[in-house]
Amino acid sequence: MSAPELLSYRLWVNGHAREVEGGRLEESLLYVLRERLGLTGTKNACEEGECGSCSVLVDGRLECSCTILAASAVGRDIVTLEGLSPGGGATALQLAFVEAGAVQCGFCTPGLVVAVTDLLARVPEPTDDEIREAISGNLCRCTGYGRIVEAVRRAARAQAAGMRTAP
Amino acid sequence: MIVTKAPPLPRLGKSLRRPDGMAKARGVFKFSSDLDEPGMLWGHLVRSPHPAARIAEIDISPARAMAGAAAVLLAGDVPGRPTYGLNYPDQPVFASDEVRHVGEVVAAVAADHPLTARRAAEAVAVRYEVGEPVTDPEVALRAAPVHPLGNVLAEQRVVRGDVAAEGDVVVEGYYETGMQDQAFLGTEAALAVPDGQGGIDIYVATQWLHIDQDQISASLGVPHDQVRVHLAGVGGSFGAREDLSMQIPLCLLALRTGRAVKMVFGREESFLGHVHRHPARMWYRHSADRSGRLVKVEARILLDGGAYLSSSPAVLSNVACFAAGPYRVPNAFVEATCARTNNPPCGAMRGFGSVQVCVAHEAQMDRLAAALGMDPIELRRRNALRPGDDLVTGQVLEGAVPVIELLEACSSAPLPPERHWETTEPGDLALPGGSGRAAEPLRVRRGVGVALGFKNIMFSCAFDDYSVARCRLEGGRVTITTAAAEVGQGLVTLLHQIAGEVLGTDEVVLAEASTVGIGSAGSTSASRQSVMTGGAVQAACQAVADAVLAATAARVGVPRASLQLAGGRVVSDDGCVDVPVAEAGALCGECFEETVTYQHAATAELDEKGQGDAHVAFVFSAHRAVVDVDVDLGLVKVVEMTTAQDVGRVLNPLQLVGQIEGGTSQGVGFAVMEELIVEHGRVRNPSFTDYAIPTALDMPPVRIAALVQEPQPGLPFGAKGAGEPPAISSTAAVLAAVRDATGVAVNRAPVHPPDIALALAPGTRAGQGDAGVTPS
Ligand code: FES
Ligand code: FES
Repeated sequence: MSAPELLSYRLWVNGHAREVEGGRLEESLLYVLRERLGLTGTKNACEEGECGSCSVLVDGRLECSCTILAASAVGRDIVTLEGLSPGGGATALQLAFVEAGAVQCGFCTPGLVVAVTDLLARVPEPTDDEIREAISGNLCRCTGYGRIVEAVRRAARAQAAGMRTAP
Repeated sequence: MIVTKAPPLPRLGKSLRRPDGMAKARGVFKFSSDLDEPGMLWGHLVRSPHPAARIAEIDISPARAMAGAAAVLLAGDVPGRPTYGLNYPDQPVFASDEVRHVGEVVAAVAADHPLTARRAAEAVAVRYEVGEPVTDPEVALRAAPVHPLGNVLAEQRVVRGDVAAEGDVVVEGYYETGMQDQAFLGTEAALAVPDGQGGIDIYVATQWLHIDQDQISASLGVPHDQVRVHLAGVGGSFGAREDLSMQIPLCLLALRTGRAVKMVFGREESFLGHVHRHPARMWYRHSADRSGRLVKVEARILLDGGAYLSSSPAVLSNVACFAAGPYRVPNAFVEATCARTNNPPCGAMRGFGSVQVCVAHEAQMDRLAAALGMDPIELRRRNALRPGDDLVTGQVLEGAVPVIELLEACSSAPLPPERHWETTEPGDLALPGGSGRAAEPLRVRRGVGVALGFKNIMFSCAFDDYSVARCRLEGGRVTITTAAAEVGQGLVTLLHQIAGEVLGTDEVVLAEASTVGIGSAGSTSASRQSVMTGGAVQAACQAVADAVLAATAARVGVPRASLQLAGGRVVSDDGCVDVPVAEAGALCGECFEETVTYQHAATAELDEKGQGDAHVAFVFSAHRAVVDVDVDLGLVKVVEMTTAQDVGRVLNPLQLVGQIEGGTSQGVGFAVMEELIVEHGRVRNPSFTDYAIPTALDMPPVRIAALVQEPQPGLPFGAKGAGEPPAISSTAAVLAAVRDATGVAVNRAPVHPPDIALALAPGTRAGQGDAGVTPS
């Protein structure tokens, strides 16, 4: 078999231009983020669009990065888990996950954090049904979701309190 | 409600946060699939597409010739033992003459890119002479051997009392459980790095580092101490990582190429590449007197073990021991067999053995209650095991046996409000099937079911079960070293709490788990680590505390006998000395280090009549399920799960809730959706598209009606392991609720919609015979 054709292109990830050199056409965005750009906060639990562990925001929309070809994401605005807290610290949502006991093995956690960040931006005070529906594309095998729902409630409350006290 | 019979402790019993929680939430925690090494290669395995075939020829030249391919290995490339296995090495590293299940590993390749590795694996040309697979465990018992060691993987009888005894009322039933998958989110992954001197380091997500080391070393033909196994971040395990997956081929590739090699299973390969929960067929006959007291339980249970042994003997032993459920049973006859077939190998999964029989014994109890015209809760109360009772194996129960308390707590908890379906719009999320399925509100029926279960914790049947821990105290800082695998359950938090409790400090560091310089911690399974490694850490810290006490006496110039350890502090009789142990150690200016092996009380093998003190301790579990079922479509919505658990002592309430909710949800999944469909030896649904696990919409809230804290004598802090019990009785409770809602005699986990819908379809009579399946 002949050697595959190699591509070079530029992605916008977390507000920065990132060069991809010698990539292959069939590489998913998930693969390029993890293996070429070192952004392993995006997880790879199924690579078939069924688990949500690879969730990223593409042009502000929640997407599974495993189902997108990286080379097709040129020119799009990609935000990964790492881009949610640019300073490197923890967001209130991440803190809520830890404090509510929503993290066990933690493999689902990054994807959930991205999905819930998206939810709370759209629906600041979600009902339990809205929370469950919003995270129903994110599989978690460890927690049974009870503490995750609780973490989202807490984060929503914290966000609402923050907004009320904001000048 | 927490039923407390234990005095509080300063640090244990608090919801300390997980030390690794924030790293996981921020995505900086390194899972095994996140590892890399400059210049590393990617490995891929070649697997059999056939359940039974002879290998006529393997041509690796097309794979070898591929640009970027670095190595292709076959059975002849295994320098050491050609086979491996958890209990007994009956499984080839690479099949060479015949394959016995779909997914059996035939070859391994390494290449410079994962896609190249996959293509190279596809290019390995294996010519198979396809044979006729043995896929029915009943047939297997009479068929030609699938393996030179024969088709009986394990068998155990339990004979107790007068097997001819008979009560006034007799009920019989046939039950089945399907093949469940652990379906952890982090697929199998590892990185192997050769050291250039013939040795190797492997960083792997596993449950038991030292047993991996034993098996890798044997097959590599590399001395034990040159195979260093390190725990890499584990994305859940639930039993599936107790057997080796890729460890030996991956190390062989690294040694052959002299380069680091990484391998990550895709989801489909993960489904094919680890053991599953044993499917079971169970024939039961219960008899009782008119007052409802059990007179005899008879059971014949057949497990499908698949092609290789794995942990089938331990699973089968549990099936036999716990077949009668947590009840007083004066007479019993149980015959349990595990057959070898050409189906995928089965082995450990959370609650093994107990989960399967719970489905059957609880359905039998409900059936018996109906035959007696008695309330099923009352029937269970009458027969529940109590402290000092003995099991059908003759073992006397010591310590906590809170079966009645669990039952009362679950059954008396308030019920969720009834739905008023007349006002519900089609498409409401609360409807069975959710918004996407067209359940008809007025055809929804509610049902409630209760189930009890129990299981052993720690390894049983005379196994030499131990864990080693080291405690080092230097300058007030505590470092704990063990080889115990944190798999998500939160052991790391508990070890912090335990060390802190004994040494009076929060300054505790856990060293990375590896086989280097520390003995085995045993497996992260059988709900054993909080007891075993928790116990080892407690003992090591206690030994350090004793040494600190002696050194403090010398330093202060008081008799040793005038000092005591109390609540993590060194205190003197006169009150002049009162300081946390860790601080006292720092004041002594010395480094204290102790390594301790913790072992639980010895257990015995079961004899040929299944009698013997085979287990060191038991945990009991109760669930109540509330379901709504659309009787036309057969769709089930689990509305609420209530549970009560026997925990000994709560070490970390928040983590305990996490174990309970997570275990309950795996049981709910097994009840209503999770089944690997295997046809003619082929797994038909190896993806999350087709093997559905509960989502946040499927999994209802879990109400914890009671945590019974009755410290178990002989266990550290009296705490029982909590990993498995929540998974034991939840499946059976959901099935009971479905029967209650529909009147259909559902006898199978999982229940599929047609089992309900077809049984209730016009022209059939609900509740007549067993819905779902009939014995072959
Ligand atoms: S890894 Fe993308 S959805 Fe599962
Ligand atoms: S915490 Fe393990 S999968 Fe969610």
